[in-house]
Amino acid sequence: MQPKQLRKYFPVFVLPTLIAFTLIFLVPFIAGIYLSFASFTTVTDAVFVGFKNYVLAFSDTYFLKAFLFTVAFALLSVISINVIAFFLALLLTGKIKGTNFFRTVFFMPNLIGGIVLGYIWQLIINGVLLNYGYSITSDAKFGFIGLLVLMNWQMIGYMMIIYIAGIQNIPTSVLEAAKVDGASYFTTLRKIIIPSVMPSITICLFLTITNSFKLFDQNLALTAGAPAKETQMLALDIYNTFYGRAGYEGVGQAKAVIFFIIVAVIALLQLYFTGKKEQEA
Amino acid sequence: MERKNKIISALFFILLLFLAAVFIFPVAVVFINSFKTRFDISSAPFTLPSGVTFAGIDNYIEGITATGFPTAFFWSLFVTVFSVAAILFFTSMTAWYIVRSKDRFSKLFYYLLLFSMIVPFQMVMFTMSKMANILNLDNPLGLIVIYLGFGAGLSVFMFCGFIKSVPLGIEEAATIDGCNPLQTFFLVVLPLLKPTAITIAILDTMWIWNDYLLPYLTVGNDYKTVPIAVQYLKGGYGSVDMGAMMAMLVLSVIPVILFYLFCQKYIIKGVAAGAIKG
Repeated sequence: MQPKQLRKYFPVFVLPTLIAFTLIFLVPFIAGIYLSFASFTTVTDAVFVGFKNYVLAFSDTYFLKAFLFTVAFALLSVISINVIAFFLALLLTGKIKGTNFFRTVFFMPNLIGGIVLGYIWQLIINGVLLNYGYSITSDAKFGFIGLLVLMNWQMIGYMMIIYIAGIQNIPTSVLEAAKVDGASYFTTLRKIIIPSVMPSITICLFLTITNSFKLFDQNLALTAGAPAKETQMLALDIYNTFYGRAGYEGVGQAKAVIFFIIVAVIALLQLYFTGKKEQEA
Repeated sequence: MERKNKIISALFFILLLFLAAVFIFPVAVVFINSFKTRFDISSAPFTLPSGVTFAGIDNYIEGITATGFPTAFFWSLFVTVFSVAAILFFTSMTAWYIVRSKDRFSKLFYYLLLFSMIVPFQMVMFTMSKMANILNLDNPLGLIVIYLGFGAGLSVFMFCGFIKSVPLGIEEAATIDGCNPLQTFFLVVLPLLKPTAITIAILDTMWIWNDYLLPYLTVGNDYKTVPIAVQYLKGGYGSVDMGAMMAMLVLSVIPVILFYLFCQKYIIKGVAAGAIKG
């Protein structure tokens, strides 16, 4: 196909996607950046106010609390999910019976939507806490642990599948050679398996970090931020600023821009550093 | 040595069985509770229904009437099926054009699409829902356009990755045989894209079927999808009817599990493939 001949077909091939993308993503994104510097309630009544929204956003204690909560949550969930998922992947690529059954079961929660997951775990956690006379909303730490358990339950299977694919890509001859040379299991793990699955580790870290940071549905369904907004994560705080406080739409948009920058920086840094490790390995 | 290995793998097997039970447990508890009266659900969630606590299918009837579940199920199915179809159809064409045309504009478009993948939804949710409102896209048909806009990034990216590996020779042969670009794409290229298309279809189905905030902000309670219907039960600050809630959770999970059991092979492959390319 000559590129020149193809270009005549631009309207057919590209235009539908381009129009949908422009109207639904590009224009709202640019408008969003502008509106973070404006005061408005309906978009059309926007008045430029400079950095006022950002000042209000940074001095909002709920926003700062939500930030700390999100960082702590993301850190712990990234570590636990990846450690457990990797361990399960190692087990399920070994000579164990019923690997298919286990894979099926561990992956299953991932298909259930965040809202439904939140209510399922609300029932379980409240059921356990009932014995001690508490409920999930009586203390922020219950909500925090609840979210962690939920996130692990949901994401472990997904990450496990990615790690399994990575481990299965290692040529068996390499592993056999290590065995013949008398390498112990842990040496093989450290010197061969982990370096070879570096691409899988990059992807899993990327997915778990960004998903943990962007968590919304599960947060809304499990605790909705209770008690007293103490279990509110960043996405939920932004949502509540937009739709829960009249006159704060501009602040909500400023928070959204800050949120976007945080997520983008983490994603890029993470890809950069693990990309580097991958090349070294 | 041999015996020691056997003991170790037996121990691991037991550990895996235990973990599998832990993974199934929450869903099983919800299922059992959906047949209990609502007060017994909150006061004793880990007991089996018996005698007075057994509610039969009352919870299901209540839940279905309160949420309009069958309608919600229909809209979820409608939006998911047609959005995924639209994404596959339009973005595969776009991706092929981007790879083969090599002009500057499509390159710029490609980078904008990649960029959209790292932007969290909260960044555009307010302006996007206003836009949907202005353009009359706040209905199930409009949702298809919205999902095309948001789904284009990942999908174009994955199609482009695959198309780059398709040898040009096949397409050139088609051109020599007198195919125009449309014929070349639909008769020669599209069939080759099937594995990537399945991966994208699975990732996007999981996303759109379970999506809550986007449809809630655009079509809201006028055309409830399944997640909106479930969240709707919570309504306001009042207490939740736990019985109806359990029944709705079961009804939301069953189709997902059935879909999973039927397409399991594709789903697991798709997720692994999607991750490697993503």
